Amino acid sequence: MKTIHRIALLFTLGLLLSCGGKEEKKNKRPELGEAPVEAVKKEVPKSTEVPASKRITLDNKGVGSIKNLALNATIDDAMAKRGEAIFKTNCTACHKTTKRFIGPNPTGILERRSPEWVMNMILDPKLMTEEDQCAKDLLVEFNGAAMSNQNLTETQAREILEYFRTL
Amino acid sequence: MKKYKIQLLSLLGMAMFLTSCGDNNGNKKSSGALNSNNAEKVYVAPGEHDEFYAFMSGGYSGNLTVYGLPSGRMFKEIPVFSQFPTTGYGYSEETKPMLNTSYGFVPADDSHHPDISQTNGELDGRWIFINGNNTPRIARIDLQTFETAEIIEVPNSAGNHSSSYITENTEYVVAGTRFSVPIPQRDMPIADYKGNFKGALSFISVDPEDGEMAIKFQLIMPGFNYDLSHPGRDKSHGWFFFTTYNTEESNSLLEVNASQNDKDFIAAVNWKKIEEYVNNGGGTKMPANYAHNVYDEHTHTATTTMNKEVLTVDPTKVPGAVYFLPTPKSPHGVDVDPTGNYIIGNGKLSADLTVHSFDKMLAAIEGKKFDGEAYGIPILKFEDVLAGQVKSGGLGPLHTEFDGKGNAYTTFFISSEVVKWKLGTWEVLDRKPTFYSVGHGMIPGGNSRKPFGKYFVSMNKITKDRYLPTGPELEHSAQLYDISGDKMELIYDFPTHGEPHYAAAIPAEMLAPKSKKIYRLDDNKHPDAVTTPDKARVVRKGNEVHIYMAMIRSHFTPDNIEGVKVGDKVYFHITNHEQDFDVPHGFMMIGQNTSGLLIMPGQTKTSVWEPKQPGVWPFYCTDFCSALHQEMQGYVRVSPASSDIELSWTLDGE
Repeated sequence: MKTIHRIALLFTLGLLLSCGGKEEKKNKRPELGEAPVEAVKKEVPKSTEVPASKRITLDNKGVGSIKNLALNATIDDAMAKRGEAIFKTNCTACHKTTKRFIGPNPTGILERRSPEWVMNMILDPKLMTEEDQCAKDLLVEFNGAAMSNQNLTETQAREILEYFRTL
Repeated sequence: MKKYKIQLLSLLGMAMFLTSCGDNNGNKKSSGALNSNNAEKVYVAPGEHDEFYAFMSGGYSGNLTVYGLPSGRMFKEIPVFSQFPTTGYGYSEETKPMLNTSYGFVPADDSHHPDISQTNGELDGRWIFINGNNTPRIARIDLQTFETAEIIEVPNSAGNHSSSYITENTEYVVAGTRFSVPIPQRDMPIADYKGNFKGALSFISVDPEDGEMAIKFQLIMPGFNYDLSHPGRDKSHGWFFFTTYNTEESNSLLEVNASQNDKDFIAAVNWKKIEEYVNNGGGTKMPANYAHNVYDEHTHTATTTMNKEVLTVDPTKVPGAVYFLPTPKSPHGVDVDPTGNYIIGNGKLSADLTVHSFDKMLAAIEGKKFDGEAYGIPILKFEDVLAGQVKSGGLGPLHTEFDGKGNAYTTFFISSEVVKWKLGTWEVLDRKPTFYSVGHGMIPGGNSRKPFGKYFVSMNKITKDRYLPTGPELEHSAQLYDISGDKMELIYDFPTHGEPHYAAAIPAEMLAPKSKKIYRLDDNKHPDAVTTPDKARVVRKGNEVHIYMAMIRSHFTPDNIEGVKVGDKVYFHITNHEQDFDVPHGFMMIGQNTSGLLIMPGQTKTSVWEPKQPGVWPFYCTDFCSALHQEMQGYVRVSPASSDIELSWTLDGE
């Protein structure tokens, strides 16, 4: 009798664990349109004496599609000129080259950030502010004014980067 | 004691085994199992997408609503013939011209029958057309932007009801008049209706490249009521069929007086023949006055052109162009099956459906077997064109759709049901009740050569107890039937906005990938656009003040404006500088006597404000756009009319 009860008890426990519904499909992206990316693990911003905008993180390439980018020794003026025009249309609502505005002043940016980091920030600011510590801290420093994704192509972002080199 | 508890728990476990997970075992309670099965059929999990887009007309809302099937979720209301304060459509300076007509600005209408553009008789998903019934108009909606791109007014028409159905290759969108009227309009006694009033059937050509509409010709028919219409398909391509009622031509108490004749007509129009006739210089140009409103996606602006002439065709001048098919009894819908051979007359005061044969019609025309004529138009003999009758047992048939598998589905208003029957044998296969009093039914692609016969949606006129009551006024109820099996299965109820008359649906995969996400800023050709923030400015022209403004998360450039005076007319020309999906910004100004704006990324819109008293007046963004949305605001200083304060504008002191 005792054995029967034990078996029945085990069975009951098993039953309580089962019937839990099908396993959720993980990371399944809907096929059409865009859907929010599932929340990434939260990291507590590191407190540091130096504000993110002044920090030098040249070794950090950021997160995104740009993995390696070598810059020529000389600046391509035509490319920089195209970059300036794109910057003017898409970025000057928030970035001024003379002062800190809604977002940071890009003047001298390549003394603080790697070219890859700058490109990744332009091309996917949402991913960067979710996964890159420096971008996260900048978002906090700039009052939570999230940088807009202006849907630029990689070529356009590269031209803006060349323009930044002239500042 | 403890042992007893464990024993009790284990017994409980055995009991749970017997009762739990029971639904999965099935057949325990048949209705329960079926219900859970139906729930799965309509359940679209969070974050997942529907299989079909369904476009439902809004009836007296004048608009078109977009739903998902099978979930019944509403995605969007597209403003078409009505002002729409949600976005500023019909209020903004750019979109006001969309509602211009020969009667002036008409801010509302009664939209009825959406139809999706086709190529070779199959849905191609480029545009959807819909008719304004009250002030006769046809609209074309772009299915990349889901916005109204064009509206053309239809002259010589009234009660634009047998509209807006399109031919196999979208050669024409067709608009017929329900109410016959004097053509041209003139002051005359109503009692002289008979023989003097006429019904215009308009063939509006559609440009194959950009979709732009133009009235090719109007067929001026006898003064009957042209109720609904349908193009020929496949073998009957080149013909168009119109139901008529009130062939009695009475002008009062139609409820009784237009139901005297045992049979009315289906008018069969050989439009290819008439097209050839007008291409060879046939027809009569008559003076007219009608608006043609076109929205340019690049300038984000609509313009109105008033057309002054229309080409009319007298059907008796084109031999072989029009025939009458006698059809009992005040037929409402006329529907053509996917093969094009069967023309179904839904005699709304009859119990039976009348099915005409296209082949027999051609043979009868060939053999000149006429049964007299009406106003010079030959009437074919009923028996000669009849393919069969569906003895449905229902009452009040209105409309028929097809599943592409040889079956037809007819709605019955009076007996509140949908009846499935077989083409060719006319045998009734199934019937299911609707709740209540169904008007149109719709199968995705169900009026084309290639239906997607998985669902049937009934659009019901009466809601009564289907939902929680909301006072005397209720949204109309739609019902979804699974028609994939032999028997129809009612699987879902959902409310619809306004009064959907007809609807059209298309597989989501045909539209979703090309749905536009943003308007490109570098493609913005609006003359008042500010494409770089340094071009933001304020300009005075007499008592008009033009504010050229940029907006991005989360500020306006400029946001402090001074030098505006009482009596000025202030134009806010605002460009949204966002270039990311789903980041519109809103705009409202305190005390504005018009709607606010909702501006899509890359778009420019204009709103007018006429300040009436001195002060400092705020404006703000109405669409929660970012964590700093509450900060997205600005001020306009308004000084007395006599003030000499110069215009100035700043953002953050610059």
